Parts: sequence; structure tokens; C-alpha cells
Amino acid sequence: MTPDSSAMDKNFDVIIVGAGPSGLAAATTCARAGLKTIVIERGDRPGTKNVMGGILYTRPTAGVWPEFWKEAPLERPIFEQQYWMLTPDSALKFGYRSEQFVGDVPNAFSVLRVKVDRYFAEQTEKAGALIICQTLVEEVLTDGDRVKGVRCGREDGELYAPVVILCEGVNPELGKTLGMQQRLKPSQVASITKEIISLPQETINDRFNLPGDDRGVAIELMADATAGLLGMGFIYTNSNTLSVGVGALLQDAMDSQYTPYDLLVRMKTHPMVAPLLQGGETLEYVSHMIPEGGYGAMPQLFGDGIMVCGDAAMLVNSLHREGSNLAITSGKLAAETAVEAHDKGDFSAKTLHGYRGRLEQSVVLPDLRKYRNATRFMETHPVFDVYPEFASDAAREMLTVDGESKRAKQWKLMRMLFQRRTIFGLAWDGLDAGRSFL
Amino acid sequence: MSEHKQNVGLPDKLYKVKYKTDERSHLKIKDQGVCAQCEDKPCIARCPAEVYEDEHGQILVAYENCLECGVCKIVCPFDNIEWEYPRGGYGVVWKFG
Repeated sequence: MTPDSSAMDKNFDVIIVGAGPSGLAAATTCARAGLKTIVIERGDRPGTKNVMGGILYTRPTAGVWPEFWKEAPLERPIFEQQYWMLTPDSALKFGYRSEQFVGDVPNAFSVLRVKVDRYFAEQTEKAGALIICQTLVEEVLTDGDRVKGVRCGREDGELYAPVVILCEGVNPELGKTLGMQQRLKPSQVASITKEIISLPQETINDRFNLPGDDRGVAIELMADATAGLLGMGFIYTNSNTLSVGVGALLQDAMDSQYTPYDLLVRMKTHPMVAPLLQGGETLEYVSHMIPEGGYGAMPQLFGDGIMVCGDAAMLVNSLHREGSNLAITSGKLAAETAVEAHDKGDFSAKTLHGYRGRLEQSVVLPDLRKYRNATRFMETHPVFDVYPEFASDAAREMLTVDGESKRAKQWKLMRMLFQRRTIFGLAWDGLDAGRSFL
Repeated sequence: MSEHKQNVGLPDKLYKVKYKTDERSHLKIKDQGVCAQCEDKPCIARCPAEVYEDEHGQILVAYENCLECGVCKIVCPFDNIEWEYPRGGYGVVWKFG
């Protein structure tokens, strides 16, 4: 991994930009197929520039690294998912806990990316790929319209390959320069802040009602968690830390008085959240963007000698908190397409079009297409204030025993709902929800 | 936005972040004249790390605090921030990520 450009052969079968989930998945797949593969990473070592909320889905990951969960440095298998709708002093909670989530193949794990990416990078090297760190790719080299390699930010830093896979992440600077990407808009990204908070394992187990450190919970927090902004908060239990974060669509956040840091402090001090974090020490403060433009905002996914994967390709299903799995799958599929191109000896867009076809055959594009209207729906309907507040009021009203009959309470709630949303508003919300999500 | 005291406690949090600071900035204001005309200056409030500061209409850039999220270049209404990745090996070094 030590860069020594002078001694290195400069010709490769495939060059991959970025050692995140999509880049490492692509590199592992290419190297296993026998391609001479190089990954170029700007960070100190793989992982040190990478951020995610912290839930890694097992099966898509095992599609590249089989049985990785038996040895990778993961935090806890997640056997419970909770959703909390917060109002300033209340929480309406839904949850599902199942031992089936931690069977032979646990469904998901909480992870800390720096640790886990280091492991995936080691697996990638074992597969035969070369990973060069501390190196920024400054330019994709072209010969006419055709990509022929990259220029790195070091002396004599030109490397050549007939196909380049861009796995740059949410800031796709090379893709933009190539004209494959537009400048991202505030309506297409969420801004996230997060803290890693240290607590003794026993304390975490007690506070989250976990039987041991081999069980974890993921909590998503809505409504007042984001001060009503379009977004979500989260608390994930790691082994002896918590990942506590909040994010909001940048467009929405720009109209708010809360800075990204203040939004996080606000959630951390919420009366339903604060007791869980009490006494914890913050080990790291993190910020990141999530691309949320969805299907309609995807960039050009391929061209002559080039393919784009993961966050750089906007492959995120924010409604279902899926990103790294789509990144890994897209990296693998781009790699399979690169292998096919080598077999054919044709690296033109005509062959690389197969990447898009493979994404169509997988869950990636069908899922993104299914939720293409989700962000627009949440922007245009009061799902982050009117409905959570009403649900909270309804729960409190029906659970309060005060001499008023249940029928009278129901009528009161009906009147309350119609005061907050007209019958046409309600009908439109329901119809559009059906159209957008079913 | 005026009464609300922003980012109380943030410096302590940034102190927990590990950086390898380059001597040259990867963030540049293209034209300070444009910022002087900008009413909202969303870069200041939207940056999670207080990189941008308004000093008598001039925008100061504390690039060494940058968490490399990319928000500033997106919220700038005039596309007036030249945002590059730090040179290879420089910038934020996440411990957990």
C-alpha cells in the first residue's frame, strides 16, 4: 500500500477511484476474475475518509465477501428496529424485535466504517488488487471521447487502463468534470451530523434492553427529532459506543434556524433521548452528505471506458436507509461488466451499457424507481409535523382515563384532525401516498 | 436567525476530530465581491464545522476545520466556492467514521 510510483508498472486492466464500499466491491470482483486491478484512495488508509450512519446489510455484502461476518470487525447484529415519532415531550414508538434477524445469517450489523473498511480493503488485497492510498485522482485522461486512464496528484502520476470505475462518493468531482454529473442541488442531498458516544457495554445493554453484546438495536427518530425538517435522526448501538446522528434535506435545513450541529444537540437533549446518552463521552463528531435525489437525479452511469457506482451514482434508497448495500451491489455489477468488456476486447459504451442492464436485473434500479417520488411526497405533504403531532395527541387522548367516554374522545380527535388538515388535504395526502409508495 | 446562539459547544467537538492539515487551502472563495452582495450567506450556517466566517463583508475560510462533507459548495447561491478535495493524505482522518 505504500505508494512508490517510480517502480510501479503504469498499465492496468481496470482503475478504480475510491476505496469505499462500491470501490472495494468492484476491485475484489475484478481481481478475482484475473484483471490487473488498482484502487486509488485519497485517505491515509482505506476507511479514514468514509462515513455512514452505521448499518451494514449482510446479504448484499456477502455477495462480494462470503461469510465476512464471521471474522470482520463488526459491532452488533441488529435484531430490533424501532421507529420513534417525537413531539417536544412525547414519543410514539413502533418496533419489531426478532430472533430471526440474528439466525445463521444475521440481517444487518451496526458498524464503524473506519474499522470495517480496513477489513474489506485487506480482503480486496488478498483477492489480488493493488490499493494505493494518500493519492488523489485529479483527472480522468481521455483520448478523444474514450477514457484511457487517470492522472494522480503526485509526480509522474499517470496510470493507464481501458476502463475506469468511479466510486468517488457523494462529492463526484471527476464525474462533474467529465460532464457525466450535474452540480448537486440542495433538494437532492441530506446533510448529516453524527457523534460516536462511548458508554460501557453493560450500560448500553441495560438502557436498550439488550440481553448481551451479541444483540443490537437500530432506532430511527422522526418529526420533532429533526425539528419537523424533512429528515430523520438515528441511534444505533455499537459494541461499546452509540452512533447518534440526525440529518435533514439541505433545501429544508436552509430555511431553518438550526445549524447542523445545533440540530444534533437539539435531538440529543430531547427528553426521550437524553437519558439514553447520559454520562457518555463523545469520541468523534462526524459530518457527511447523503445523496437523496433518487431515480430522477441519477447521473450518466456509464460512457466509453467509464462507469459510476455507489453514492456518486445517487444509488441511495433513503426511505429504507439503504446505501452501502446498493453501493456494494453496483460495484460488483460494474466489475462484472468490466470483465465482460475485457473478454470482448470492447470498452465502448455499447458494452458498458451492460452495467445498466445488470442494475435493472438487480434490486438497485427497480427499488430506486419504486421510490422515485418519495422525496417529493415528503416535501409536499405535512408528514413531519401535522401527522406525527396528531398521532401523538391521539395516543395520549385514548390512553388518558379522565371520565370522558371513548366515543366522545374519538369525536374530539376527529374534530382536532379536521382543524389541522382539511378533508381535501387528507384525501390528497392519502391518495398521493398510495401513488408514491405502493 | 439572530437571537438563537449557534454552535455552542462545537469547538470542543471539533477538537475530537483528527486532521492532517495541509499548509494550503482546498477551499477558495472565487470572488469576495460576490459574497459581499450575498444576503443570506448560507455557507456560514450550513457548514457543520464553522469553516466560514463573515468579517466586515469578507468571508474568512478556516479550511483546517473542514469535515469534507461538501455542503458549502451546494448551498452557495452563486457557485462562488471553489471546492476541491484536500491533497492525497491530507485533511480529515476519521477514527470511527
